[in-house]
Amino acid sequence: MIRLEKRTAPSRFWTYAAPVLAVVLTMVCGALLFAALGNDPFVTIRTIFLDPLFSEFSWYYRPQLLIKAAPLVLIAIGLSFGFRAGVWNIGAEGQYILGAICGAAVGLAFYPTESAFIFPLMVMAGALGGWAWAMIPGFLRVKFGTNEILVSLMLVYVAQNLLASMALGALRNPDASGFPGSRNLARYPSATSWINESAGLHWGVVFAFIAVIFAYITLSRHIFGFHVRLSGQSPRAARFAGVNPGLLVLICMGISGALAGLAGLFEVAGPSGLISIDFNAGYGFTAIIVAFLGRLHPVGILLAAGLMALTYIGGEIAQSNLRLPAAAIQLLQGMLLFFLLAVDVLTHYRVRFTSRRVA
Amino acid sequence: MDLSAINPILLLASLMVAATPILLAAIGELVVERSGVLNLGVEGMMITGAVCGFIATITLGSSVLGFAGAALGGALLGLVFGLLTQVLLSNQVATGLALTLFGLGLAALLGQSYIGIKAPVIPKWPVPLLSDIPVIGPILFNHDPVVYLGILIVAAVWFFLTFTRAGLILRAVGENHEAAHALGYHVIRVRLLAIMFGGACAGLGGAYLSLVRVPQWTEGLTAGAGWIALAIVVFASWRPWRLLLGAYLFGGVTVLQLNLQAAGMAIPVAYLSMAPYLATIVVLVMMRAGRAPGSLAQPFHASR
Amino acid sequence: MTTPLLRLRGLTKAYPGVVANQDVSFDVQPGEIHALLGENGAGKSTLVKTIYGLVKPDAGLMELKGAPFAPAEPRAARAAGVAMVFQHFSLFDAMNVAENIALGMENPPPQREIAARVRQVSDQYGLPLDPTRIVGELSAGERQRVEIVRCLLQDPKLLIMDEPTSVLTPQEVAILFETLRRLRAAGTAILYISHKLEEIRALCDAATVLRLGRVVGTCDPRATSAREMAELMVGSSLHVPHKAARPEGDVILTLQGLSAKAPHRFGTALRDIDLTVRRGEILGIGGVAGNGQDELVAALSGEIRTARDMVQFDGQGIGHLAPNARRHLGLLAAPEERMGHAAAPDMSLTENALLTAAVRQDLTARGFVRWGKARAFAGSVIAAFDVRTPGAGNTARSLSGGNLQKFVIGREIMQAPAMLVVNQPTWGVDASAAAAIRQALLDLADKGAAVICISQDLDELMEISDRFAALNGGRLSAPRPAQGLSVEQIGLMLGGAHDMEVAHVDA
Repeated sequence: MIRLEKRTAPSRFWTYAAPVLAVVLTMVCGALLFAALGNDPFVTIRTIFLDPLFSEFSWYYRPQLLIKAAPLVLIAIGLSFGFRAGVWNIGAEGQYILGAICGAAVGLAFYPTESAFIFPLMVMAGALGGWAWAMIPGFLRVKFGTNEILVSLMLVYVAQNLLASMALGALRNPDASGFPGSRNLARYPSATSWINESAGLHWGVVFAFIAVIFAYITLSRHIFGFHVRLSGQSPRAARFAGVNPGLLVLICMGISGALAGLAGLFEVAGPSGLISIDFNAGYGFTAIIVAFLGRLHPVGILLAAGLMALTYIGGEIAQSNLRLPAAAIQLLQGMLLFFLLAVDVLTHYRVRFTSRRVA
Repeated sequence: MDLSAINPILLLASLMVAATPILLAAIGELVVERSGVLNLGVEGMMITGAVCGFIATITLGSSVLGFAGAALGGALLGLVFGLLTQVLLSNQVATGLALTLFGLGLAALLGQSYIGIKAPVIPKWPVPLLSDIPVIGPILFNHDPVVYLGILIVAAVWFFLTFTRAGLILRAVGENHEAAHALGYHVIRVRLLAIMFGGACAGLGGAYLSLVRVPQWTEGLTAGAGWIALAIVVFASWRPWRLLLGAYLFGGVTVLQLNLQAAGMAIPVAYLSMAPYLATIVVLVMMRAGRAPGSLAQPFHASR
Repeated sequence: MTTPLLRLRGLTKAYPGVVANQDVSFDVQPGEIHALLGENGAGKSTLVKTIYGLVKPDAGLMELKGAPFAPAEPRAARAAGVAMVFQHFSLFDAMNVAENIALGMENPPPQREIAARVRQVSDQYGLPLDPTRIVGELSAGERQRVEIVRCLLQDPKLLIMDEPTSVLTPQEVAILFETLRRLRAAGTAILYISHKLEEIRALCDAATVLRLGRVVGTCDPRATSAREMAELMVGSSLHVPHKAARPEGDVILTLQGLSAKAPHRFGTALRDIDLTVRRGEILGIGGVAGNGQDELVAALSGEIRTARDMVQFDGQGIGHLAPNARRHLGLLAAPEERMGHAAAPDMSLTENALLTAAVRQDLTARGFVRWGKARAFAGSVIAAFDVRTPGAGNTARSLSGGNLQKFVIGREIMQAPAMLVVNQPTWGVDASAAAAIRQALLDLADKGAAVICISQDLDELMEISDRFAALNGGRLSAPRPAQGLSVEQIGLMLGGAHDMEVAHVDA
């Protein structure tokens, strides 16, 4: 008989050890999966987790890691505020798209003028776009008690359709003879988010680091961070402590929306370069895994985003070199989140093995 | 634009077909939520059911076995959710999301070698006599068996929840799990069964998409149907017959939108495609949800 | 000698860190009302859960009517003729009375037949109940009747009642006792759990006293004084708080037609409450649970906002102010529910100190938390109120109920309030901690602060209050001097001065 006993305080050891154990378990199960797919499990695991960092082509892959991790960090940091407070913004993907559309629209409106003000304006527009899109579920929850999970998700599908219509309509490159997609912002000096393309450095990377520091200080030192944590753990106690629950929902939604919008803007003005029907690569959803994998802690999110970026890059290498299907990587990421949630039980509960049963 | 191209009888008949996958997934989730569990992984279970059903149909050559396979696949994925949330006490919201991400990946992997194959046509089962009634006949009584099955399941769930002892216990567990435990009911067992039923229904709904609606396997073919099913459960205030209404309302918006696209309405396709999602949001806002089951999404751990 | 109905021999149950029951042995005879007496944490609940099949003992034996009895689950216990009325957590608010009753039965007949039998049992034992009503809308007394009827329909040999009177008015208690006596006359044995000595003396035929999980004595309650039983229960003589005569201060709080909607479906609306409270006085507010206590505290703490002048503090309308603005003015509160309302269970005591003390103790600087100062404040509360914990870094959940309550009350008192509102300050707290908390409230009033103490424990209110008022259905009776109030008068005030049945329809 196995019994679970609630700990009076979360285990310090397992708080750190659980994510590591989850990664190890994912590797083991991933290896079994790859073997079942007919790939050499050891080579595949090495390709996914080590080659991006240490192979002979790592000079090419390492900058890619920054490019993949930056939007994940930005979005996940924003989500972590809401998730801690019990505000479930699941539609970061939509806010990311809207940030990209708004930011790109501002940039394209100035084309081909060159000015130092264009990029800051785009950044603001991107943040505002994501913020506004997140305000819809936030406002509806506060005003009508509507479930923000469902609304924010529905808005992802709306945003995708909006993106399609923009790529084919309003933002289409007029010089591209009917091809869908906008002008390439990365090649428009006043609008590009690149700082150093060959090093993988763009403004999104800078903002991601700023966001981590900002979140760390807010959550650990500021009363707002305390109220966020309190609201998630004991909503009644939070109201007793003087927290305005509606305002908190709006602020948390706003932060996550604005950061997701920023991530979208930096992506569209840099690595992606242009608004196209499918420029969004599911970062908004992967960031949810990143946020949980990093235990909603800023530094944890930084590490988790690195790990997730690794699986993306490693997955691409495995796709081209070992013909591993792309879906296998998605499955691996899902598995990682499952294992994390499963081993989390060790943090909050003590596992007891009892043999005696008094009849 | 040519509105005369839209035949109201065909429109209403196809409404019932369009509503069926959502209806199936939603009725399963309704039972799950009435037992006090919030499973946000409907989308993941649906798409797993879609691919399992498709593979089973193609390899076994039988649509019936296909739907059975879909139900099994959905139920198994649901069981994973059940074990994580009920036994390992993980957060239901996070686990449901993980289930969706996992299901999407799993389905894409399983389905790669089935892309482009067409599913065998499932013949319609016109109800004798009734289908000959003008107007009502073709709308209500000339469909494939799964459409009837969906309505039948709704009726069965209603009967189960309202009139049976087991249904009463399920509602009790969802309403106040501490009290149910104190009276000696097995909270976790009841919930695991409910979750597996929910998974099976979501699987059927998914299979209806891949075997009847589309009818072939493509990645991401559920396109948010699972989420809409979740919304409809809230809309229905956790009551089976209102669920039917919600699903038909949604089916109506979808079909109308497709018909308007076909009729060449002046609005771009992308905006028309938003309609079902926007309609869902509007419905969520307008309908003051009834009272949710008392223990919904609360973790249960029998201590002392 | 007859065979006892229930015989317990050497029952032992240990949880990590606590031995809940150790070597517990006693007998319950057929047709007797047997009291199980003990403080909170003495192991009464664990023991009855063992008898009801919810807990498996580590060692020991039970016999029912001479046959070995080891119920694996409540179902088995019910089948053997053991029924239990719980103190909490066993009704389903959204379901009707008949459905609730069906859930507690092994092989329930159809709903219609249940309804008929409910009416029949109600008449037989004087327990009026409408089987079609939704349980969430019933008063506490009616909810308890649902539980009792649920048990009686099973025709039990042994009925276990866990603290049944804690939610009843004196008049309702009288009705309950009458029912229990009729049951005894019909041959049903009752295991009656309580810590209220006078009740036990009035009702029970035998008593077993538990302390720290062990049986420390058995007695005939009709022949033993309350004081002797109290000493058996506590293990030492009790400290009785000292109440000094205080000069009457000026008015600090005025409530003028305070009304507020019920905050949730099963809450209570506040209706037109008028009240003045002076500095240096303790106003005791009694009332059966669910008559607006939580809502009144919330309206005073600022969790419920009202029109500005409905609440006037120190001559200033504050009905519209948020909790922290009120704290700034010196109006502090400690709600009833410790876990999740007054304190966040998974947070450290330092963080819980910050929860209400940020404003008055200056624990933030431009929004940034001064953790060192917060830690020091938490430490001073722990020291001053003798909170037993290894340190301020421990979570609130790791504290026992009494220690956490001392921390919560201490946290407010250490902020030197001009007025303190407490709800159920000693609920679920052991006797020594309860005495310490009452003394702290008296000391606070001695220093000139006004105190409103809301409680269902009338003995407690009579012990510390200068004036007494009662809440009924969201209305507050006019306060009267506590000295010289009789139990009958209090009962009438609690019942809202209507007769019993009308009061229930209102509630």
